[in-house]
Amino acid sequence: MHDHHESFWTKYIFSQDHKVIAIQYTITALLVGLFGLVLSWLLRVQLGFPGKFSFLNPGSYYQMLTQHGMIMIVYLLTAILLGGFGNYLIPLMIGARDMAFPFLNMLSYWVYLLSVLVLMAAFLVPGGPTGAGWTLYPPLSALPNAAPGSGWGIKLMLISLVIFIAAATMGGLNYVTTVLQCRTKGMTLMRMPLSVWGIFIASVMALFAFPALFVGGVMLLFDNLLGTSFFIPAVTLFGQQLPREGGNPLLFQHLFWYFGHPEVYIVILPAMGIASELIATHSRKPIFGYKAMVVALAAIAIIGFLVWAHHMFVSGMNPYFGFFFAVSTLIIAIPSAVKVYNWLLTLWRGNIRFNTPMLFGIGWISTFIIGGLTGLPLGNVIADVPLHDTYFVVGHFHLVMGVAALMAIFGGIYHWFPKITGRMFNERLGKLHFLVTFVGAYMIFFPMFLLGILGVPRRYFDFEALQYLPPQTHGLNIVITVAALIVGAAQLLFLGNLIWSAVRGPRAAANPWHATTLEWQTPTTPPPHGNWGAETPTVYRWAYDYSVPGAERDFIPQNVPLTPTVPMGVSAR
Amino acid sequence: MGEESIGMSMVTFGVLVAIVVGALALIASGIWWFTPLASNWSEIDGALLITLAVIGIAFVTLNLALAYLVLRYRHSEGTRAQFIPDNPKIEKILIGVTALGIIILLAPGLFAYSRFISPPRDAMVVEVLGEQWRWSYRYPGPDGKLGRATPKLISSKNHFGIDLTDPAAHDDILSYTELHLPVNRPVVLHIRSKDVIHSFFIPSFRAKMDAVPGMVTHYWFIPTREGRFQAVCAELCGIGHHKMQSPVIVESLEKFQEWLAKQPTVAATVKP
Repeated sequence: MHDHHESFWTKYIFSQDHKVIAIQYTITALLVGLFGLVLSWLLRVQLGFPGKFSFLNPGSYYQMLTQHGMIMIVYLLTAILLGGFGNYLIPLMIGARDMAFPFLNMLSYWVYLLSVLVLMAAFLVPGGPTGAGWTLYPPLSALPNAAPGSGWGIKLMLISLVIFIAAATMGGLNYVTTVLQCRTKGMTLMRMPLSVWGIFIASVMALFAFPALFVGGVMLLFDNLLGTSFFIPAVTLFGQQLPREGGNPLLFQHLFWYFGHPEVYIVILPAMGIASELIATHSRKPIFGYKAMVVALAAIAIIGFLVWAHHMFVSGMNPYFGFFFAVSTLIIAIPSAVKVYNWLLTLWRGNIRFNTPMLFGIGWISTFIIGGLTGLPLGNVIADVPLHDTYFVVGHFHLVMGVAALMAIFGGIYHWFPKITGRMFNERLGKLHFLVTFVGAYMIFFPMFLLGILGVPRRYFDFEALQYLPPQTHGLNIVITVAALIVGAAQLLFLGNLIWSAVRGPRAAANPWHATTLEWQTPTTPPPHGNWGAETPTVYRWAYDYSVPGAERDFIPQNVPLTPTVPMGVSAR
Repeated sequence: MGEESIGMSMVTFGVLVAIVVGALALIASGIWWFTPLASNWSEIDGALLITLAVIGIAFVTLNLALAYLVLRYRHSEGTRAQFIPDNPKIEKILIGVTALGIIILLAPGLFAYSRFISPPRDAMVVEVLGEQWRWSYRYPGPDGKLGRATPKLISSKNHFGIDLTDPAAHDDILSYTELHLPVNRPVVLHIRSKDVIHSFFIPSFRAKMDAVPGMVTHYWFIPTREGRFQAVCAELCGIGHHKMQSPVIVESLEKFQEWLAKQPTVAATVKP
């Protein structure tokens, strides 16, 4: 695209190429995620083998717990799905040369990196990072010495979040504008692959949701730094009346969850899109009910903004809100279920290839099923009363937005690895990685549903004080811990496979999966800055012309013109 | 590819079936399940069990369907997938079934919830006060009314922040350690917090509600079994969160009144 000379710095470091930025985002997010994984190991070691390690005390436990949650949700999942996949896939899949605002895109990554550095700095400051829980509920997060890390830790956390939101906004504006303005000739909205739809809708959601966190975060920062009382009523801490009054802790919860629940879908919608790509491509079938899939994504996004207070059923808010939020929450199960049915129906009468990306696609379906279904008792307000803040919740959200999202992320990375690096990964290691992660995830998180039904509260350093637990509970906790250690270690297979294959893997064909979407039709692999050579592609058909009757091969790329010998599967589209 | 597809298709099938069987076996073992119910809230258990049954059926059906599909439609050379982009009829049926399932679990849930948020008029009032990291309790005394209390009056001599100018406060009775309740009498808790958010959770009664500084929150129940139970904290409240618990003793009315008579009153112990 550009004739001018690119130095090492502009090509790989301060690059404005969406693909390089995507890789930067992905590597950074994976490293941060690896750190979050080690934190979860330490948490599980404490719960499985309490008292064995002296550096694990309640203070450090709650700090690691808080950092694990925030790191995984915001700095890994959100960053990798929007910054990583969004950046790589949007321009390539819609036939654009780059993002609409390449400089802003580059800035987005560097601002994200800054937010990560500020987040990590909290581990080095006096008092350490905040231990107020990832939800940062005041007054716990706002009062001096109420929680560990109440000095520097909480302030750095809030500052890091504010910086992250700036990065996410730069990225989000870019993704939305690019999808709306930069699609190549023939690429109508209803011809876009579902990955692009998922990332697009999630980006729109992010632009509406993050401001609520921004506002809540800044107000909480003021409560911390300036002594304001936005969220602090008259309180007595350690026998001392504090000079604060008039604030309302529930206001923060509303702001937090007005962001926090859409955030779940900001993570899940791109994952849904990616999973759709994996499942359709590798079962050699068009995605079942494309239009319904797009409508379901949009419906989830819209209803997703009307369910936030289901996190607050026992918060002390007006109890009549419970009726509304229970109904809205369970309504959202319908579009979610439609998606599951359509993935299953995509497999139906397919020709399923069991390569690593597909295995993760299958793993996605199964973990999204269990993760999604277990949201129903929590949304059904009265059933939430006993389950709220128990291990049932921990099992639910880990499966649905942790494991399921990671299934899509892993599958997606394996799937697009040949395009990104021009080399193939090791299939055998990939399959092993899948099996250990998939089975292990069930072993870790399924027992948590039973612990939750039993009434074991979450965020407990140990369970010694609980008298109503059967003695076998500890055994179950040991099983969970051992499984967590194994699953964590198995992620080294993934990282090792990526690193080794990126350097030494066999050369990949331009379109090794025989996929229809545009990113596989680039003239060179990996695609250079500018993606398309002299001319951008023209699109003639929808994204899922797999196994079209009468066609010579079992896929027809989107840029193949319609002729009598290469018909389009769906004429209406 | 063909050979490998057969192998991995069988493995995936086996793993999915094993997960379903393992999950059901873990539930059927009955070791980790509800603590025995000790309150009137069998409706909560009922609504929860209906919900668990509906999602359990969906979990088993969908995973077994997935297992079947990956076994049945694995890749083989020379065959081609069928081009089926859509089927509005199937989609409508599935949406209908899903909506029905949701109505089945939501309707009894909402009905039970409406009872949960409507305490009976004759319920005995007990105040619960949370702080880092213990629970304490206040009973209304012979007048049956809790005296006014406000956070601004809390001091080392006035743990609850009781307003001594309110005559109704003087006969209030305080317990700094245990919650005692008479069996088979409705109780409504008025829950407060001195410092951060806590959550008053009695697993055997199935109910919980956050204790929020600056607010009074409520829930009600009828203890139906005599015995010793436990209240725990269910909202992260600092480094002592996991140790914040309190005995809950349900006993006959006579024994309860006997115990109550031995506890300190506001008039005798609280100084301005």
